[in-house]
Amino acid sequence: MTEPLLSVRGLTVEFPTRHGILTAVEDISFDIMPGEVLGMVGESGAGKSMTGNAIIGLIEAPGRIARGEVWLNGQRIDSLPPEAMRAIRGRRIGMIFQDPLTSLNPLYRISDQLIETIRTHLPLSQDAARKRAIGLLDDVGIPDAARRIDDYPHQFSGGMRQRVVIALALCAEPDLVIADEPTTALDVSVQAQIIDVMKELCAERGAAILLVTHDMGVIAETADRVAVMYAGRLAEVGPVRDVILAARHPYTAGLMGAIPRLGENLVRLNQIPGAMPRLSAIPPGCPFNPRCPRVMDHCRSHRPALSPIEPARKVACWLYPEVTEA
Amino acid sequence: MTAPLLDVRNLSRDFDVSRPWLNRKLEGLEKVYLKAVQDVSFSVNRGETFALVGESGSGKSTIARLIVGLLTPSAGEIFFDGQSLAQGLSGAEARRLRRRFQMIFQDPLASLNPRWRVTDIIAEPLRVFEGGMPAPARRQRVGELLTLVGMAPEDGVKFPHQFSGGQRQRIAIARALAANPDFIVCDEPTSALDVSVQAQILNLMKKLQQEFGLTYVFISHNLQVVRHMANQIGVLYLGRLVEVGTPARLFEAPRHPYTRMLLDAVPDIEMTGRRRKKVEGEIPSPLSPPSGCPFHPRCPLANDRGRREMPLLLDGVACHAVEEGRTRP
Ligand SMILES: Nc1ncnc2c1ncn2[C@@H]1O[C@H](COP(=O)(O)OP(=O)(O)O)[C@@H](O)[C@H]1O
Ligand SMILES: Nc1ncnc2c1ncn2[C@@H]1O[C@H](COP(=O)(O)OP(=O)(O)O)[C@@H](O)[C@H]1O
Ligand code: SF4
Ligand SMILES: [Mg+2]
Ligand SMILES: [Mg+2]
Repeated sequence: MTEPLLSVRGLTVEFPTRHGILTAVEDISFDIMPGEVLGMVGESGAGKSMTGNAIIGLIEAPGRIARGEVWLNGQRIDSLPPEAMRAIRGRRIGMIFQDPLTSLNPLYRISDQLIETIRTHLPLSQDAARKRAIGLLDDVGIPDAARRIDDYPHQFSGGMRQRVVIALALCAEPDLVIADEPTTALDVSVQAQIIDVMKELCAERGAAILLVTHDMGVIAETADRVAVMYAGRLAEVGPVRDVILAARHPYTAGLMGAIPRLGENLVRLNQIPGAMPRLSAIPPGCPFNPRCPRVMDHCRSHRPALSPIEPARKVACWLYPEVTEA
Repeated sequence: MTAPLLDVRNLSRDFDVSRPWLNRKLEGLEKVYLKAVQDVSFSVNRGETFALVGESGSGKSTIARLIVGLLTPSAGEIFFDGQSLAQGLSGAEARRLRRRFQMIFQDPLASLNPRWRVTDIIAEPLRVFEGGMPAPARRQRVGELLTLVGMAPEDGVKFPHQFSGGQRQRIAIARALAANPDFIVCDEPTSALDVSVQAQILNLMKKLQQEFGLTYVFISHNLQVVRHMANQIGVLYLGRLVEVGTPARLFEAPRHPYTRMLLDAVPDIEMTGRRRKKVEGEIPSPLSPPSGCPFHPRCPLANDRGRREMPLLLDGVACHAVEEGRTRP
């Protein structure tokens, strides 16, 4: 069996505040295999970005990884010194964020930014790096790349800027790309284009993707497997088709039912009552218990651990006898 | 058949986006107009929902603001219950009509005064339109409105920032309902909300529509949401309606090449495995729109006529290829 490319074990992220410690991510474990696309989905505040940021060592103080381990290709990376982590970011893990201007400096030409990143990570001459940069822009679908490479970010449309960011994320041939809401700011037709480019280029290069998004549709189009987050924890992990067509966790099922569909016309959408709790008010037991239509007494006091219930599926819910206590 | 409640005829709105006068004089520049909405016509039946869908910049919000009178049209007319709104109504008449329509925005926080308590926010239309209402009756009505939108009367003493996004949108809906309107323009009311909260708000809006016979103009960039809410849908591209139809007709048999492209771009969450056609190109700048049909540079069916001539909205679709019976390039 192949080893996972990325292995996250018991990851816990905490924020000390005046009113005590807030746990934004609790005891999260998952693997990503080489070349695999893992979608991480959940509503805003679920802890998706925090998980991605923890993996690449970008949790802002006073937040910190309180427990757990992150392994990349057999190397433990959560405890690396900052310079070593900086070398991994960009080189072995590429990053794409919602706002292209997080990655692109508006004051520099695209060429400068791409060439600098390429030369930071790869032993190439200026000319060779420029050639490579033009090739990449061409690959991500920037028309007339040889000329446009010397433009500034503001001279591109939102969709074209996100293509440039994809080129930047891929320029050092990383093994893993972490894409955090890469299409959330884009119109649906541009989103479709960006998904296509990202999927194709990563597949060609054998790069795995951790795709963080609140949009189950984007996951359906892109991911091999999906991890559903709720209130800082994983509720369900499984092959994307299984989870979307036959959710096991009541939260996943509720979420799927709340999404309006093109293909059918329901009088009413499924409604999950209430809202996801704030970090300071996560209930004891199953964090979903106050909103769960199938809640049992046991759920209010005992926390279910993410446990395997089918060969490829894990769920944290007491409805399944295989589930153990966290 | 009864007359439509809202009738929008040949509505256009330009924005003057010229450089300042002095720069123009010095640099010898012409005035520049952005045509945000062009020649848009549609009507909305009583108790129904007419949805406008389109990508950002297609003119949705401009149409919303024109309808409720926050903007004046550059050309065209809007009739509400048979009366023209554009023609400068006289005081009392305008007032009577104004209280019958309301608007809900995408960002409730921006539309709710942060320094007011929720009670005062919801009571504002009552103070404007029913100045004679005694304070206790007003408080009672606010309590009823809060209950109606799924909140507690006690929530009235709090401030907007003490609520989640979904609850704030409920407050905005309660305020919109305060003066018993029969028509509400909703501009992306759930676009800032998570899907589970969106479902709550959409269900609430449908329930209220049933209960009070409300008529909605419902604006969204989300095709699934529009499919769920609308009786009629208008698809906008660069400020023009390219196709109008019922959800069944539009989604099962889209005719305009842009509608088809848009539907193809919607993620396949039903996992049917349908193959998507690749989306070609991007929306051109509204400052220099293409000649002829605005979609022709991206259209697989475009011909010479499309490069020269603007297609008219005929039988619900504005497309030469459909008109000429061409379905293949
Ligand atoms: N600097 C911070 N201090 C305290 N809490 C934070 C901080 N940054 C984020 N959080 C909280 O952490 C939780 C997870 O946030 P995030 O990972 O951004 O969620 P998501 O990406 O799923 O929307 C949220 O409840 C958020 O409010
Ligand atoms: N006040 C304004 N001044 C200049 N241009 C405007 C103004 N309001 C809107 N526009 C332009 O009009 C077009 C339509 O905008 P809008 O109606 O907001 O579109 P939508 O709501 O569909 O995103 C856009 O190109 C926008 O930039
Ligand atoms: S553990 Fe209990 S409360 Fe939690 S999701 Fe399962 S049934 Fe519902
Ligand atoms: Mg996030
Ligand atoms: Mg708008």
